[in-house]
Amino acid sequence: MSRPELTAPADVFYNDTEARKYSQSSRVVEIQERLTERAVELLNFPDDGVPRLLLDVGCGSGLSGDRLTELGHEWIGMDLSASMLEVAKEREVEGDVLRNDMGHGVPFRPGVFDGCVSISAVQWLCNADNSAHVPQRRLKTFFTQLYKSLKRGAKAILQIYPDGPRQAEMITTAALRVGFSGGLVVDYPNSTRAKKYFLALAAGPPEQLPTPKGEFDDDDDIERRGMRMDGRKSDRSGKYKKGKNIKGKAWVHKKKEQYRNRGVQVASDSKFTGRKRKDRL
Amino acid sequence: MRLLAHNMLACNAKGVVNGFPLKIVPKETREVEVDFNAEFLTHMLPKMEWSAFVNAAKEIGLEGLPSEIPDDAASDEEFLRTFHHALLEVHVEEGTLVCPESGRKFPINKGIPNMLLNEDEV
Repeated sequence: MSRPELTAPADVFYNDTEARKYSQSSRVVEIQERLTERAVELLNFPDDGVPRLLLDVGCGSGLSGDRLTELGHEWIGMDLSASMLEVAKEREVEGDVLRNDMGHGVPFRPGVFDGCVSISAVQWLCNADNSAHVPQRRLKTFFTQLYKSLKRGAKAILQIYPDGPRQAEMITTAALRVGFSGGLVVDYPNSTRAKKYFLALAAGPPEQLPTPKGEFDDDDDIERRGMRMDGRKSDRSGKYKKGKNIKGKAWVHKKKEQYRNRGVQVASDSKFTGRKRKDRL
Repeated sequence: MRLLAHNMLACNAKGVVNGFPLKIVPKETREVEVDFNAEFLTHMLPKMEWSAFVNAAKEIGLEGLPSEIPDDAASDEEFLRTFHHALLEVHVEEGTLVCPESGRKFPINKGIPNMLLNEDEV
């Protein structure tokens, strides 16, 4: 089968007939369930049995959502295809579904979700379906707003079907650029059919930060404060070094005398000549 | 759409700073019974924007929610039951959501809010 992403936009491709066909195929159902299960496994919640509130991006007819419900979680799903969502409603899924284009962002207030799963959806963002679509911009909007909607430290596991390494890289880069940490997890990398890509992201710093070298003693601290992150040297060196180019009162008087001798009009000497100025910017 | 989703939804159209809470204009609501799960409810309490939740409940005709979360909420069975009913059992089937800032309307059809924006609103 050719890639559906290349055929038509998601809301056109998943029309009424396609949506029904998709949700009734036992093969699709089984794959979706397995992928969802793996995604939840990667979310790696502590084993305390507390139901979490999850976001399902590209929930479609709620096949993945069914599995989330079975695993004991509450979920809110969004999808672009109205037909898919109607099928979800007919199937009476437990979660709430809404229609939204993920390339337009994630319409939730900040910090509400304990995690996010997405099964075979995010690669749709890489396609430009009309002239207003710029894949990079859509990816950026999606990831920025996804980041905001997640609780600090919450994970997002996005299963994707990239059409090649470049597309996988484009999606990963877009995610890391907005502040997510994490990367691609490839299951069964040596098999062509069973190979699955999971983009495992965390909203916030990675769980284990590398510990800095040395203790925070005073000398070290001063040195660190003096360092600039942009790789340039601090302003104190070179041009603005204090005490080198300061010329005193005698030097000013000497210069004035020289100019007077040449016939140039110079301000007359006073008690203020060559005085020290106040320290200020 | 249940109030669980409503309490999380915000308008994200271009230029809107505070798109929360969306006002509900309900036309049709439906009740579906859901299993009571106290653990999930107590987990959700700190996440809720409580005043927005109470307002939304009033908009769809549900009374009886306290204006503040009681201190002993986790052990107050009666409170949790009311909370559970309002949060998970009442579905808005038909109606409209209105952005508090821009007045942009989002229709709800067959229980599905349509949050789709036009290209110029992104």
